[in-house]
Amino acid sequence: MSSTEDVIMAIPRELTQNPLRKIWMPCKNGLPEKHISQKRVCMTNCPTLIVTVGLPARGKTYISKKLTRYLNWIGVPTKEFNVGQYRRECVKIYKSFEFFRPDNEEGLKIRKQCALAALNDVRQYLSVEGGQVAVFDATNTTRERRATIVRFAEQNGYKVFFVESVCEDPNVIAENIVQVKLGSPDYTDCNTEEAIQDFMKRIKCYENSYQPLDENLDRELSYIKIMNVGQRYLVNRVLDHIQSRIVYYLMNIHITPRSIYLCRHGESDFNVRGCIGGDTGLSPRGKEFAQCLGRFIQDQNIKDLKVWTSQMKRTIQTAEALGVPYEQWKALNEIDAGVCEEMMYEEIQEHYPLEFALRDQDKYRYRYPKGESYEDLVQRLEPVIMELERQENVLVICHQAVMRCLLAYFLDKSAEELPYLKCPLHTVLKLTPVAYGCKVESIYLNVEAVNTHRDKPENVDISRLPEEALLTVPAHY
Amino acid sequence: MPRELTQNRIQKIWIPSKDDRPSMPRTSRGGPHLANPPTVIVMVGLPARGKTYISRKLTRYLNWIGIPTKVFNVGEYRREAVKHYSSYDFFKSDNEDAVKIRQQCALAALRDVKNYLTEEEGQVAVFDATNTTRERRDMILEFGAENGFKIFFIESVCDDPNVIACNILEVKVSCPDYQDCNKTDAMEDFKKRIECYRMNYQPLDPDQYDKNVSFIKVIDVGRRFLVNRIQDHIQSRIVYYLMNIHVQPRSIYLCRHGESQHNLQGRLGGDSGLSTRGRKYAGALAKFVEEQNLKGLKVWTSQLRRSIQTAEALNVPYEQWKALNEIDAGVCEEMTYEEVRERFPEEFALRDQDKYYYRYPSGESYQDLVQRVEPVIMELERQENVLVICHQAVMRCLLAYFLDKSADEMPYLKCPLHTVLKLTPVAYGCKVESISLNVDAVNTHRDRPEEVKRGPSTLIRRNSVTPLTSPEPNKKPRIEGLDDPIIREVTPAQLTLCSASHTTLALSTQNLKICSIECHEPPQLCL
Repeated sequence: MSSTEDVIMAIPRELTQNPLRKIWMPCKNGLPEKHISQKRVCMTNCPTLIVTVGLPARGKTYISKKLTRYLNWIGVPTKEFNVGQYRRECVKIYKSFEFFRPDNEEGLKIRKQCALAALNDVRQYLSVEGGQVAVFDATNTTRERRATIVRFAEQNGYKVFFVESVCEDPNVIAENIVQVKLGSPDYTDCNTEEAIQDFMKRIKCYENSYQPLDENLDRELSYIKIMNVGQRYLVNRVLDHIQSRIVYYLMNIHITPRSIYLCRHGESDFNVRGCIGGDTGLSPRGKEFAQCLGRFIQDQNIKDLKVWTSQMKRTIQTAEALGVPYEQWKALNEIDAGVCEEMMYEEIQEHYPLEFALRDQDKYRYRYPKGESYEDLVQRLEPVIMELERQENVLVICHQAVMRCLLAYFLDKSAEELPYLKCPLHTVLKLTPVAYGCKVESIYLNVEAVNTHRDKPENVDISRLPEEALLTVPAHY
Repeated sequence: MPRELTQNRIQKIWIPSKDDRPSMPRTSRGGPHLANPPTVIVMVGLPARGKTYISRKLTRYLNWIGIPTKVFNVGEYRREAVKHYSSYDFFKSDNEDAVKIRQQCALAALRDVKNYLTEEEGQVAVFDATNTTRERRDMILEFGAENGFKIFFIESVCDDPNVIACNILEVKVSCPDYQDCNKTDAMEDFKKRIECYRMNYQPLDPDQYDKNVSFIKVIDVGRRFLVNRIQDHIQSRIVYYLMNIHVQPRSIYLCRHGESQHNLQGRLGGDSGLSTRGRKYAGALAKFVEEQNLKGLKVWTSQLRRSIQTAEALNVPYEQWKALNEIDAGVCEEMTYEEVRERFPEEFALRDQDKYYYRYPSGESYQDLVQRVEPVIMELERQENVLVICHQAVMRCLLAYFLDKSADEMPYLKCPLHTVLKLTPVAYGCKVESISLNVDAVNTHRDRPEEVKRGPSTLIRRNSVTPLTSPEPNKKPRIEGLDDPIIREVTPAQLTLCSASHTTLALSTQNLKICSIECHEPPQLCL
């Protein structure tokens, strides 16, 4: 039977709401205490080392960079460590494939040193700098090399997850070489023929000693083996949430050429008046834009274009003008400005000057009272990104904050840059994957519209004067 | 000329209207099969490899996220056809009569699959049988091609004798086939049954024979997976789901925050703190959790103050999920139901008319909630012991997933304050224990009003989700009507038939078993 002392529970700690993120945290004497809870789902309880495996020109760096971009975007601090880059630092001038011959002792020594240097930086990143995931991008084709890495990880308390890319399709390999090897610093002074020849011989150097991940010998390791650019996958021992997400992501990406078109709805009535949020319809100029967009799409003559909108009237009205089927996603709705919905910036400054200042201090993490933050938006948009990865040609008609989030994903922009990306009305951004990144074409459809972009003002202090706060508010009617 | 838009009054979705009447939006749905061919998921594997477990769980998940799905279990057709099961001899490959019956059952089931996908607006059919031979699978692939269905195989491979024995004990021994046997005899017979299949088992072969077929091979209960040629979004989601589920014993505890200030006033939404009784409940919850003595319990809350305050009392680490926040009541936030009825009488009526689809102006619907909460479900599947401290509407959504409740039932599930629901997976379903922690609280449950006029059926969109319950498995074999086979029949001599062996356990997802365990607090615990 419990005694009286047990029964009267320890008084639960008081809660205070962090003014920026609107997160409730325990506090003592009015000051926030060490937060035992986390605001986001725990991805993993220790750092993860992702290790690529595969012959040259199998897409390891492509996967490393893309995965790193995705993980950073969803908020998992990730960094890639490309051993080839370390080698280029060490050996200033690349002469030929001979460097990679398995009997080139000097070469072997340098390459091993580079790998160790990279691992050292990995340790710095994960254990000292607070990184969560490190992607160790190298061939790692021998069991011995992988065992070294596993030992390293064990010593440091990291989980290891291998990503192996296996491909024997000569067309794919040839295409890879053309897309990313010819332009490599290694081959700046070579012509195309020479470069290809040399690179093929380079691959040969690795082939004899290549020990792919084996179903039996490597059955205790956690890994995904990607075969023939995603035709088939072998997944072994996924240990935690982050590995599960990585596997899901890798299984959804593809390399079929396509383009993604991002634009906002046509100018809305609220845009004209300088009000944020709400659910108004298009202004006359907005309607004109919708017509132009329709013509633009037709001219582009895009194969099997999918059109997506939000569930807000202004994007749907815009899509309606295209005369093609479209899909409405609630996830594409504009950021919820909570109590500030339908207000002009001037009104926000008047009624909520503190909130207005906080937003300028950290626009990415700032959550409107009873509303959302950019950080929330990213989480909301993740299924859209995943489906965009699966799809081919897509036109997304969305909103300013939403478009900034999507753009930041494709162009690898940081949380600091994201809320200030320029996404003007009546302008289509055409994104086409190329090499390791994304080509962007900006197409203004020549229909005038108000500017809705508000730059970060100089003075973000809560003590600032209203004029200082409103300095960067764009003009409106 | 762009069409005018009107906002559908229940879902608040903008759709084009023609002459003041809503017309079909130009979505890519088109005809039933043109844009979105239905999918037949085909299970493959020896008996006792978890095929029916996977079939039913997957079906429950797909229905919950809004994809009409149904299981067709050939073993059930067999039990209809052959009223009394005598022994494993039935499954011997040289038993000609039995072979014929088993084939007819498979064909009958496939005919029902076709009917479900073409006439009844089903999107996914799960064909649950052993399907262990290439001949059988080739026949199914042809059936798919003839009817424009996509085919996706799920093979379960396992050779761990402990797992097999465990499966047999959990779901076979108590199956209708063995109701007159003791456990040992049942186990022995079943093992011989497995041997009947093993000789002719041709696993999926990714390297040669099956290299162009879409499938996932689940090896050793999820330790390893081989995934081949995923064709589309739904197959990708299925693979992701299968890779996240596990069979470790564990329990999920669902409860709401303690009674809040707003609860006392009868107000919707908001972000108020706990009332006195709510704080008392939090203390009682802490004690309850301690007494449960759980290994590695995770505690999750929403980002609303009342659930965090509740968790704080437990004095253990917890994680805040924005996705667990209560349904957004939009313009009705912080109003009492009376105020809503006064100021928005039409909205009030519409909500009662179709509570699942109804979206508050500038707010959310239960349908929206399901989509929002799906990542929580996925993570719950990955986890082991978890306590989720959430809110009424959210808890109803989660509960509907675990107990396979339809969109119609979900908004009326009873989730009272100060009551913990303990969910424990067992056999093919979920055991529920309802534990009231004996701290008084207001009742926040509103029943479905008597005279509710059913509104016009609302639109179903792919990314707006609509849970349905897994429909009852179709038990009628209709063996008589097999003169016109829907699929080319394979010569019986060659065909080594396989049919599923499984059981419909009393403790199915349809039959909710609730027992109340009163937790008595010592009298001193009052504030």
